[in-house]
Amino acid sequence: MGLGQARAAAAALLICLAGAAHALDPQAVQQLAAEDNDAKVAAIGALVAEGDPAAIPVLQRFAGGEVEVGGATVEVTINNRLRSAVADALAALRLLSPDRALRFAAVKALAAGADASMLPLVKRALEKETDADIRPLLALVASSMQMKGGDKAERLAAIRMLGGTTSPNSKTLLAEAARDADEDIRAEAQKGLRAVEGRLAWGERLGLLFAGVSLGSILLLAALGLAITYGLMGVINMAHGELIMIGAYTTYLVQVLFRKTGFFDWYLAAAVPASFLVAAAVGMLLERVVIRWLYGRPLETLLATWGISLMLIQLVRTMFGAQNVQVENPAFMSGGIQVLSNVVLPWSRVMIVAFAGLVLAGIWLLLTRTRLGLFVRGVTQNRAMASCVGVPTARVDTWAFGLGSGIAGLAGCALSQLGNVGPDLGQGYIVDSFLVVVFGGVGQLAGTVYAALTLGFANKFLEAWSGAVLAKIALLVFIIIFIQRRPQGMFALKGRAVEA
Amino acid sequence: MKRRGVLKLLSMSAAIAAIGFGSPSLYAQAKTVKVGILHSLSGTMAISETVLKDTVLMAVDEINAKGGVMGYKIEPVVVDPASNWPLFAEKARQLITQDKVAVVFGCWTSVSRKSVLPVFEELNNLLFYPVQYEGEEISRNVFYTGAAPNQQAIPAVEYLMSKDGGSAKRWVLLGTDYVYPRTTNKILRAFLKSKGVADADIMEDYTPFGHSDYQTIIARIKKFSSEGKKTAVVSTINGDSNVPFYKELGNQGLKATDVPVVAFSVGEEELRGVDTKPLVGHLAAWNYFMSIKAPANDEFTKKWAAYAKAKGIAGHKDKPLTNDPMEATYIGIYMWKQAVEKAKSFDVPAVTKAMAGQTFKAPSGITSTMDAKNHHLHKAVFIGEVTAEGQFNVVWKTKGPVKAQPWSPFIAGNDKKSDAPALMAEKKK
Repeated sequence: MGLGQARAAAAALLICLAGAAHALDPQAVQQLAAEDNDAKVAAIGALVAEGDPAAIPVLQRFAGGEVEVGGATVEVTINNRLRSAVADALAALRLLSPDRALRFAAVKALAAGADASMLPLVKRALEKETDADIRPLLALVASSMQMKGGDKAERLAAIRMLGGTTSPNSKTLLAEAARDADEDIRAEAQKGLRAVEGRLAWGERLGLLFAGVSLGSILLLAALGLAITYGLMGVINMAHGELIMIGAYTTYLVQVLFRKTGFFDWYLAAAVPASFLVAAAVGMLLERVVIRWLYGRPLETLLATWGISLMLIQLVRTMFGAQNVQVENPAFMSGGIQVLSNVVLPWSRVMIVAFAGLVLAGIWLLLTRTRLGLFVRGVTQNRAMASCVGVPTARVDTWAFGLGSGIAGLAGCALSQLGNVGPDLGQGYIVDSFLVVVFGGVGQLAGTVYAALTLGFANKFLEAWSGAVLAKIALLVFIIIFIQRRPQGMFALKGRAVEA
Repeated sequence: MKRRGVLKLLSMSAAIAAIGFGSPSLYAQAKTVKVGILHSLSGTMAISETVLKDTVLMAVDEINAKGGVMGYKIEPVVVDPASNWPLFAEKARQLITQDKVAVVFGCWTSVSRKSVLPVFEELNNLLFYPVQYEGEEISRNVFYTGAAPNQQAIPAVEYLMSKDGGSAKRWVLLGTDYVYPRTTNKILRAFLKSKGVADADIMEDYTPFGHSDYQTIIARIKKFSSEGKKTAVVSTINGDSNVPFYKELGNQGLKATDVPVVAFSVGEEELRGVDTKPLVGHLAAWNYFMSIKAPANDEFTKKWAAYAKAKGIAGHKDKPLTNDPMEATYIGIYMWKQAVEKAKSFDVPAVTKAMAGQTFKAPSGITSTMDAKNHHLHKAVFIGEVTAEGQFNVVWKTKGPVKAQPWSPFIAGNDKKSDAPALMAEKKK
């Protein structure tokens, strides 16, 4: 008898131990490898309902496309539906984790919209949760899940809670509730919806504003070099776009060199000065060899530089091939910052806005605070007088042209981070660059800045309103009319310095 | 000596019979036949089309190594229409009248095909068109080896409507502004309406060729998707605009689990150089993926890798990629060879007749059949999700090959149109 009891106890213990080791429902795990996706989703739900953290590694492996069934690894096909089910399940399971950071991350993930099947687990977590930051979020998640079911008082409370948040997800949920059969719920949901929409609209406006600033900064970078070569020096440089392209290709080459080293993420630090120097060198060479012989003959300059632009395109095509080359962003340039729930500012664009600001500041300092800047301004305002007081005008021309070209190279470096780099890159920007400079007023650096930002905003606002194709047309029509009415541009130079 | 003379005579007569062989002098004696390759090697479409030129060249090398077509060595003539649509027509005319090619492999965008179509019909030559397109066309001078809408667009949308595709209820139709996206979206809109989707739940938006700033469009998609139920995006963006589009998509954090984007013109090649980690789960619908597990595909990808390495093809020599239009090009050239051998002539009407019912063991793992009447291939449809490595993971496929419907039943009046080109030519007159 005693022996029998001991045996039974031992057996029970064994079962217990085995149970602890394989706490997960083996049937559910097996079902993960089922052919049918409905069965897989049901299995994920069953694993979550158990609330056992042992399910986490199993689900993680499942998301990677593998399930272990009876000691053998089975490959499974994962699609978006399973991927989001696993993401929700993992988040729900982590809600019970003792680690606060994990719980916080999990509740944030669920707040983005989770399936209602997670509700029991969320409620269980809510009962246990004491953290002041996590609890309200968890309550929010619970309420958004209860929106779909539950009794009227619970739903009304959930709607009120959602009305106080700002996320596209609560808008979707409230919009659905606003069509509910029950009048009270409908009214409450409509009230909440208006409040949420009002706040979301600010996010949209901010996003649009940023898009305008971003496009403006790109236009500014593309046009700044031209503002010097055309605006200050009066050279109609049709090869300006190709100088941008050369900057972009220099960035590409630097990137290829850095790929072989372990410092790939730092390649921009070398690409920025390199693209400036290469483009400046090409520009100075052009000035020395071709453009200086054509000063004062705008038509010939136009034709000659246009020819040069074709030659540069063909040269690049022969050297690198006609296809686009790939410029990969360094890791810190991908992704974005979440400013509001519906606004993400991509890092690459934020950096380029900052870069445009720096370049602008640099040019301003160069033109107003250095000897070269003084000479450039002197020569452009009154060449004869500058020459009389001993300014080496020919050399200043070369340097100034080199400066403008170098800035075009910097623009190319920046553009390579956003768009495609190919031999035709420059052709897409030459028209925009001239538009900006002429619209802002030739010979005016400040005008270029205002014009770039104005065009950036106008383009983005029109685009949001009428689509990209019409926006482009509308903008060109606007500029034609503007230039007809005011040929001197937004800001005109005043005084005797202006030559007729 | 005697045999050679007979052969010469044969080839001469064949050449005279064919329109292509106006001058039966040098080339006929050297026993070569010229084929034209009409793909953009520069400009916005070069990203997609350049490899198709190399695919034809690879197939030509293979065929020549095995003795050519009916004993004739193939001599490829490559021209670059530079993504310039009117230039396509000029180059096509040049290939046919000056180079006297027997057949042309070429075009990607529908606007380029529409541009060369009158040239091929006027001069009665053959074009093999290897890319999925919007349908609404059957010409006796064109063989369409890419997909018609019912072999790509409609199954993709049906998939997104299904439970596995996320049960999408709202739709953004996004495209480049030209004939293919506009017509495809017209068909899709009619299809969605037939499934009970309201007009308010469909947003259509277009961008110019080479567009590079997708900020506002992504913001609009985000806004649209927050206004109601599950939203999906159908992208018919073509060419190198796809790179900034997908970069922006990744950077703005629009995940596939929230708003899936299914693309009809984005394959392995277009995603090269894009960081696909944030794009995992976005979809593409094609009739072939490089990741398909089939013996024919292993052979195809291996051949391509070896060819790319031997020829030093930029990009491919280090990281060889194959895609759907490459497969369609490859099928096309082999079917042409088979048809010529069946017809025993390069003569266009004879080859056209012999094309009907040709079969080829396609790299996608099925046996592709050229339809007996409508000049389109029967193809299997695959839907793949982007993986972190820039490949596609097949999540859905049709049971077998699907017959093409070039005249979509979702466009009014198409039910009366004939499924064969001859009648259409009559109608024109």
